[in-house]
Formats: sequence, C-alpha cells, structure tokens
Amino acid sequence: MAKHHIEATVNGDAVEFLCETEDTLLDVLRDTLQLTGSKEGCASGDCGACSVMLDGRLVCSCLVLGCEVGGRRVDTIEGVAKGQTLHPLQQKFLEHAALQCGICTPGFIVAGKALLEQNPNPTDTEIRYWLAGNLCRCTGYDKIVTAVKDAAVAMRKG
Amino acid sequence: MAENGTNGTNGTNGQGYVGTRTIRPDGVDKVTGRARFGADFNLPGQLIGRVLRSPHPHARIVRIDTSKAEALPGVKAVITRDDFGDQPSEFIPAGEMMMNYKDVVRNVMAREKALYEGHAVAAVAAISAAVARRALKLIDVQYEVLPHVIDVVEAMRPDAPVLHDDLFTAGVEPKPDKPSNIAKRVEIAVGDVEAGFKKADVIVEREFKTAPVHQGYIEPHAALASVSEDGSTELWCCTQGHFIVRAHCARLLGMDIAKIRVTASEIGGGFGGKTVVYLEPLAIALSRKAKRPVKMVMSREEVFKASGPTSGATVRVKMGATKDGKFVAGFGELKYQAGAFQGSPVQPGVFCAYAPYDMENVKVIGYDVVSNRPKVAAYRAPGAPISEFAVESVVDEIAKKLGLDPIDLRMMNAAREGTKAAYGPKFGPIGLEQTLNSIKKTEHWNMPLRKWQGRGVASGFWFNIGGETCASLTINEDGTVSLMAGTPDVGGLRAALTSVAADELGIPYEKVRPIIGDTGSLGFTFLTGGSRSAFSGSMAIVEAAKQIKAELCARAAKLWEAKPDQIEFKDGHVRPLGALAEKVKPMSIADFAKIAGKTGGPIGGYGRINAQGAGPSLGTHLVDLEVDPETGRVTILRYTVAQDAGKALHPAYVEGQFQGGAVQGIGWALNEEYIYGADGKLQNAGFLDYRMPVASDVPMIDAIVVEVPNPKHPYGVRGVGETPIVPPLGAIANAMENATGIRFTELPMSPPKVLKALKERGLNKV
Amino acid sequence: MRYEAPDSLDGAVALLADAIGETRVLAGGTDLLVQMRADVVGPELIVDIKKIPETRVVAEDKGGWRIGAAVTGAELKEHPRLKQVWPGVVEAANLIGSTQVQGRATLGGNLCNGSPAADSVPALIAAGAVATLAGPRGRRDLPVENVMLAPRKLALTKGEFVVSFLLPPRLPRSSDAYLRFIPRTEMDIAVVGAGVSLTVDETGTISAARVSLGAVAPRVLLVPDAAAAIVGSRLDRAAQDRLEAAARAACSPIDDKRGTVEFRIQIAGVLARRAALIALDRARTS
Repeated sequence: MAKHHIEATVNGDAVEFLCETEDTLLDVLRDTLQLTGSKEGCASGDCGACSVMLDGRLVCSCLVLGCEVGGRRVDTIEGVAKGQTLHPLQQKFLEHAALQCGICTPGFIVAGKALLEQNPNPTDTEIRYWLAGNLCRCTGYDKIVTAVKDAAVAMRKG
Repeated sequence: MAENGTNGTNGTNGQGYVGTRTIRPDGVDKVTGRARFGADFNLPGQLIGRVLRSPHPHARIVRIDTSKAEALPGVKAVITRDDFGDQPSEFIPAGEMMMNYKDVVRNVMAREKALYEGHAVAAVAAISAAVARRALKLIDVQYEVLPHVIDVVEAMRPDAPVLHDDLFTAGVEPKPDKPSNIAKRVEIAVGDVEAGFKKADVIVEREFKTAPVHQGYIEPHAALASVSEDGSTELWCCTQGHFIVRAHCARLLGMDIAKIRVTASEIGGGFGGKTVVYLEPLAIALSRKAKRPVKMVMSREEVFKASGPTSGATVRVKMGATKDGKFVAGFGELKYQAGAFQGSPVQPGVFCAYAPYDMENVKVIGYDVVSNRPKVAAYRAPGAPISEFAVESVVDEIAKKLGLDPIDLRMMNAAREGTKAAYGPKFGPIGLEQTLNSIKKTEHWNMPLRKWQGRGVASGFWFNIGGETCASLTINEDGTVSLMAGTPDVGGLRAALTSVAADELGIPYEKVRPIIGDTGSLGFTFLTGGSRSAFSGSMAIVEAAKQIKAELCARAAKLWEAKPDQIEFKDGHVRPLGALAEKVKPMSIADFAKIAGKTGGPIGGYGRINAQGAGPSLGTHLVDLEVDPETGRVTILRYTVAQDAGKALHPAYVEGQFQGGAVQGIGWALNEEYIYGADGKLQNAGFLDYRMPVASDVPMIDAIVVEVPNPKHPYGVRGVGETPIVPPLGAIANAMENATGIRFTELPMSPPKVLKALKERGLNKV
Repeated sequence: MRYEAPDSLDGAVALLADAIGETRVLAGGTDLLVQMRADVVGPELIVDIKKIPETRVVAEDKGGWRIGAAVTGAELKEHPRLKQVWPGVVEAANLIGSTQVQGRATLGGNLCNGSPAADSVPALIAAGAVATLAGPRGRRDLPVENVMLAPRKLALTKGEFVVSFLLPPRLPRSSDAYLRFIPRTEMDIAVVGAGVSLTVDETGTISAARVSLGAVAPRVLLVPDAAAAIVGSRLDRAAQDRLEAAARAACSPIDDKRGTVEFRIQIAGVLARRAALIALDRARTS
C-alpha cells in the first residue's frame, strides 16, 4: 500500500514526511528526518533512550507509529537548547559529570525536562521513580539525580 | 637544558587543571544529541545489512542455499562461511584475554557448526531493512540438530555433547586423547596449602555458583562499511578499540592493514563487550560484494543472543586462618564457562582470587569450559568479580567465626607494598589499607541498623594494564593545540587528557581541543580496556608535550643564539635564564606558533609508547540493605565505595567509574542472569526480563577517592575503571548474611531464591 | 500493512467487521508495537481508536465513573477527582512500565493484550468494572473478569472492541488498592498482582469486598472466597490468615522466567493481605 503522508510539527518546525505503517516515530526521526539525537537502545520501550515529547507528553518514540503523529507536536532532544543557550538541565549534566558514554543522555534530558515542568521541586525519590524508564549503565544514576536536583534549583531561581 | 619535566606526584608546572572538575570538551554535543554514535552515521546509497542467526543451540550446518535470497529484488549481496577464508589456530594476547583467529572467524560466521542460538550463519545487504528481513527468510539452511549442553558442570562431564572435536584439554598431564569441552586447566600455587590448613584454627569451605551476565551497554553494536573498487575500506563503528577492529578485519578478509581506515564513533558503553568484532567483518564483506556502503545495527535481542556476556561459573573456595585472624591457606577451584569457543577469563579469575591478601600458601586451579552459549567477551575486570565474590564471602565467614571485625580482619592480612602476589609480581605501593581505613571512618559504617537490615563489606583487586598507545599534540598557527588520542573515549577520557595537555604546556584548558584519531592518523594503539586509557593516554601526552617543549627550547636557542642551559620551559613560555634574561623576553607557545614556518615548520609532538608500570587499583565497598522477609525482595539502603586511583586526573569521572561499577555489581548480585530453557534457548533477551538496575533501585553511591600515587606514572595515575565491579558481589552477599543469618552462595540473590531460603528456616515473617 | 484512524464507533466497527486477515486495534501501542517488532504479530490492518470520542472520556456516569478504553494512565493520574474515589485503579494503571509507557498505555489495551499479568486488570475486577463493547451486532456490557479467557484469548467476537469501562457508584467508606510484586522497583511485569476493593460500615467492619489476583492463573481471577474471608471482620490477624489462605488456594500459576509456582503462590497471599490492609486504611479515612 502507498506510504502515509504526514504533516507534523517537530521542535517547532513544520515538517512533512512519508512513512510505512510499521515505521515507528523513532525510525522516522532518525532515518527520515535525520534527527539522530533520539537513540534506539531496545525498540521495546524498556530503556527510554528514544524519549521524546508528543503533544507535551513524555513518551518512548519507539512505541509510537510515525503515522500517528499527523497534526501533532513532537519535541526531541535537538529542540531542548534554545539557540546557543543550553537548558539548565543540559548545563547541570555537564557541571556534575552526569554522563559518561552519553548514549542515554538525550533520553534523560528530555525526561528530566518533562519532570521539572510538572514538578519544579522534586525529591530524590520522585526523581528516581520518574526516571525509572531511562536506563543508564555507566553512571549508577548518582550524578544524574544530583544534576536534576540542581537544575530544579536553577530553574526555580529563574 | 634545565630540568623542565613535570612529575604529577610533585605537582604540575601549569595552571593546575589536573585534579579539578573541568567540563568535558565533548560534553555539549552529548547533551544536545549532536554527538554521533555507531548507528548515527549514514552514507549516500547505503544498503542495510542483517544477519541470519541459528535457531539451534548446537547443530551441524549441512547446507546453505542463498539462491532465493539473492534473487529477491533489492538484495545486493549475500554472504556465508564461503566468503571467509579459514584461519589457522594461533593464540594471540588480546588485552586481558587470549584469542585465536580460528575461533574468531567461526564466531563471526559459523562454519562447520552453529554453536549457540543466535550464531551468525549468513548475512544480506539490501536496499531497506524490510527487504533485508524478507531476504533472510528466503535463505534455506539445512541443520543437523545435535544435543546441546549449557551448564558448565554438565559440559565437563565425560558424556557431555562435545562442541569441538579438535579441542583437547591443555594444561593436564598426560595429554588427553579424547576431545572434551574442557579447553584448558590453569593453576597458580605458592607455598604449601595442605601444610597451611594444618596450621589453621578455623577452616571454611564453600561452593558458589554464578550465572552469565551481560555488560548491558545501552547502545547496540553498529557498523557502517564502505569498500571502494580498489579494496580500500572505510569503516565507522562503535568500538573500544578501532585499531583492533582494523587488525581483525584485515586478517579475516585478507586485506592489507593500511587499506582499512577505521573511525571510532562515540561509543554508548562497552565495559569490555565491544573489544571484539561481530558486525564489522560482515559489513565489509557485504560492501565488498555489493560495491556499496553497508550499514548494520544489532537489535537488542541480537545483542543478548549473539554478543558475549561474561562467564557463568562454579567456584569452590577453602580458606584457613589462625584464631588471631591470620590467613594461613587459600585454595580455589574455578570452573568458568567460555561459551561456544574457548577463552573464558578463568586465568585472571585465578590470579585475582586472593590478590588483595598477603598469604604464604595459595593454590588456585581454573578450568576453561566451552558450552552452547554465545562466546564470552570481557566484562569489567573479567574473571575477578566471580572469584573474589567467593573469597570475600569466605573471608566474611571467617571473621564471623573468629568474632573479628571484617575490616580489621582484612587489614591484618592486607597486601601492601612489597607483598608478593600469589600470581607472581611484587606489589609497589598500593592502597588497600587506606581504602579499609576510609570505610571505617565513614558515617555509613556507624549508622544504626534495624531488624531485617544488614551491613556487608568486601574488598577487591584488579591489576590494570598499560600497552601500546599513541597520542599527538599539534600547535596550530594561533597557538591553540589539537590533541589526538588513540583510545576511544568511553566516559570522560578527553577531559582528563585535555587537563594533562593544558598543564604540561601551561596553557588554558579551553585552548586545547581533543579528538579521537582514526586508524589512519596515529600509530597502533591498543584498545580502551584494562583500565588503561587515562593511564597510558596521559603518559603518551606527557611524552608528546616533552617533545614540543624540547623543540621550542631548541628553536629559542637558535633565535636567541643562546646555549641550552640558558633556557627553560616554564608556565607555558620558553624563558631566558640568568644574564640572557636581560637581553631577550620570554616567548609563549603562541609566539612560536606565529613564526613556526620561519623557524623550521609546524610544531608538534607525537607520543608513541608501550606504557609500562600500570599499578593495581584496590577498593573496599560498604553496603547496607534491607530484606522483606515475606517476599525475599532486597532494597539497597546505603552504598559507599573507597578505591585507590593513584591520582585522579578528573575526580568526577573517577567517582563516576566507582558509582557505575558498583551499580553493575548490584545488578549482578541481585537480579541479572541469563535464563535458558531446557531447549538451550535464551528466554530473557531484552531489557524487560534481563533486569538491570533502574534509577529507583539504588541509592546515592558515596565515592571516596583514595590516592596512593603510582610511582611509575608521571602523575601517579592508576587505572580505576574495572576494580569497582569486583567488591559488590561479596559485599552484598555479606550484607545478606548479616540481615538474614543465611549465607547465599548462588547469584543472583533474586527474590524467589531468598524467599525459599527464608521459608525453609521458618524466617519468612516480618 | 494498512492503518486507519476512524473518528466514530460505527466507523471502527465497520473496519473491524469487514477486515480479512490479521487485524489489531491500536490504543496506546505499548504492547502492539513491541509484538510487531518481535514478529509475534503481523497485522494487515491496524485500527487506531484514539480519535473516537467515546474511547477518550473520563466522566461521572449514573453515579459511577466512565473511563474510555483509550485514556492513558498518565491522564487518569492527572484527573483531579478519580484518584480520590478509585486510588487502586489509578495507581494500577500508573504502575504499567515507565513514565513514558504510562504516557501512552491504556486500560483498554492493558486488558485486551490478554496477559494475566496485566497490572490494571486486577484493580478493575476488584472495583467491579464493566466493559462496554461495540461490535457489528451493537453494544454489550461484560464484567471485566469475563473479558479475558486465557492468555491472548478474549471473549470478544469478530469486529468487537472495548469502548469504555464503567466503574460502579461508590458507597461511602469505600476504597481500593493494587499491589504487585516485581523484583526491581519499577519496569518489571508483575510476578503477582493483587487488587482489593472494600467497604466498611460505621463500626469499621468490612461490609463488602472484592479480591482479584493477577499473574497466578491463565486469566486474572476474581476470588470470591478471599472476599468472603474478610467480610464481617475488621481484618484482624485471623481474617488476614484466612484471606492469605483463600488467595493461595485460588492460584494455579506457572513456572516461568519471572517466578516459580511456589513463589507465586506464597506471594499471592502476602500481597492480598497487604493490599487489603491498604484498602481498609483508605476506606476508613475516605
């Protein structure tokens, strides 16, 4: 059957693309739109490396079909920084060495940003449970939690 | 020339970036998604490659018919064992393990037999992933299914199905005349353990069992190969060692090494699992045949089924001590499962078992055993976590039997400078005692514990390696510096090397920009592993900086018409000394850079070394946990790591190694394992049921960086990456015993096992 | 593979009823996409029901609550009132997977995936939820405990799908709770799940109860014996013991990579008791 023709908004830009029914949003982002910041770690929703925002909701893009996002808004890691200015989360990840290999970092930044938008003053426990869907094998999560908390402080200061 | 060297143990002559928490130069790209990992590269016209894998754990491959796949429109190449020449048997050291190309070529593409479920049998390159998947289904493989064997003890039995009929146990006398699954026997022995046991007031003997666990890197293997008509090849892949990948591919494909240029992408985790080749030779072979670039990426299921986890093992340990706590004898028998081809890390397991302790009488025997599972690959201190788990558990039992504090007991027997290890070398300065003392001084050590909570401590050892390493420093026309390192950066290396370069040259950190050079840009550099990349890389940078400083001083001598003893390099400048200082002013690196062309040409230094003098890193871990007696579920409450880094070039990334290794150890101890059915097939080939710790599973991991400088390194550095995974298994088992009174000897200590043990003793009530 | 996203119930029913070949309904996709990727299913037609208003409703209905089959766990959690009335149902839906999964996963999908380990189903069954189905022969209602017959086998006929759930009106001093056992703290499939809903009278005695167990049988169980064990009691130690025994007696689990028979039976009793205690505490303070 013919491919789907989809129009959507990605990181604030109008985009259009063609996709097969079975192509996931992650496939579309990486292979069609060349936005390789979202990563495939498992393709089964168990690692969070593909996290994006869909109409303001944190989701795994490997669990969304490309043809489902017609008319909708997708926000990826590539849209987190504003021009040359890093988001406080990105800055704090760097300051606190909250990344080692960095493959999980885009997912954590997107998920962490979603948390802080919903809960500007999360406890350690709330941070850990919110981020339980983001696997990290390098850091043991310690510095990630520190970075998220510090970013929350920075954002509350405004 | 006046002394201008820098000695890390006496401080540096630069601004002092080493030892501070600089922002890593590659960091911005990583937090914005710009950094390119293995699967992030694409080439115009590329094909997608996929691998056909054996559904059987053990089968003779009778016939492979690829004709239907080749005829499918969109398929541009199909390869099988026929596309790879056979390799003669030859053992080659590969970092901390040994390898044999005869096995490598068979692991990359099965030849006579499929030896594990997931073993590569054929591969295709097609215009899309969908066509490639369809093509795989059209490949007709005729298998003769054979009985399989999975468990290591089962595989050692004389009547077990034999995997290789040309495998005869090495290291036993008389030489066996029947092939078996026992590839080799190794042994170390010092003193007389039998005599030692006779001196003991207390003897503890236990048998332990561990399951295979995977390194669990979040990034699956990925490679993109492009072969030109003249055979020159470009390969991008995520690897811990691109020079090793180049060597393997050249060998397997019969190519000149110079004809292959490998670029290491950013790597999303390796931990030893990306020190070998899987997709790379296949991608090159397909590209060569298809005459187009071929991109291959493993699925998560393929990663679990077809890339090497570490060994599962059965370990017996027997230790004797006097009533004062002196260890008088240590015996161990380790049976490690190697997977489908020989080469488990049983030898390092044997070497490390008792290495933290100064003991007169030690005998450790190890067996390397093949079975129908994926060939094991290195996993962070390969072999040591298993053997040291056993020893640290028994040490804990001895402490309890003697009524001694477990830290005091270890202190009493701790290896120190001058101790001769059972596996051979005499130790230089090492920091085990300091880590034990650090742990004892923590608040953690004194925190009160409630019922069903327990505390455990364990120490750990890993030797670390140096090895061939190249790095270059180039002075650019504006005085900024380009740094090129040869070891892929798995987690902060570029930050550490940049600090070293900046301090050596006395220039600001921001003026040094590091990259990881491809294989065409540097001499052979051994892989990132063995905790060597910061240790060796910084040595090579020091060498490169030395050359630059010498060159600048020589140019100044010409310029100033001065003698070498009137000139020194200090704080980023060439400086005139004595009377000369009244005649000429100091010149910075940037000053020389401006006139480089006129004074002899571009300025640079190239460190090409075989780094020696790697010092062992020892650590001690402390863990508090709580057991839910009604369910067997374990919660880690508190965790502290103290480990000797020699000199922490970048403290935050050193702490990160401690924390990451500890959490991998927590997963290994409590929940991670390969689960096989009776059919020899892996049941949990995904992150859902291969249960690695998530953020809510662990607390903060307190990291204490101990620094006992390594005198053989200009800054005192010891590798730190591997030791952190060694103590957690023992520490957690010891904490479980403290919480429940039960000694668990089988990993993982998952809830069904824990509950069963509690219930058997009537303890499963709050 | 075709993808259709009808915006009406009739449109969806027509597509499903007329479909030849394997067809799948798509709500959150957190099971379907995984199964497609693993080649476990290969539908020729996917019918996305998220554009149908009846599947997206969360509203009071005849004193109870109507929840659309395609409402996500995250949306349930954010609803200002629902978690006060049905905390067990809401917390169950929000234990599925991760924050990311909860952003997509739905009660309808969780039920119709046909896994006895589904987290939200024991809570729905304990609540006495009734599923409203739409099909070629019109609408019908089915108690949730009658929807799943066996693993991957539902009581739906061709062309039928779940539109919404109706939670019954709540008597005063009622509440519910859902607990599951997993080896980690998050992300695992339930090894055992227990949902308890109960009502207490003015004296604090349990006057009504429903107990449901997941992952301990080929379908999610409603366990009347377990409920009977605690009705008329104040959940004293003796009642707790009876509850545990009744829960265990109802189990017929399997050995698999997530748990043994022995383990599941033992845990079923522990969780039923713990969930009942939480529900009781909530009911007393509601």
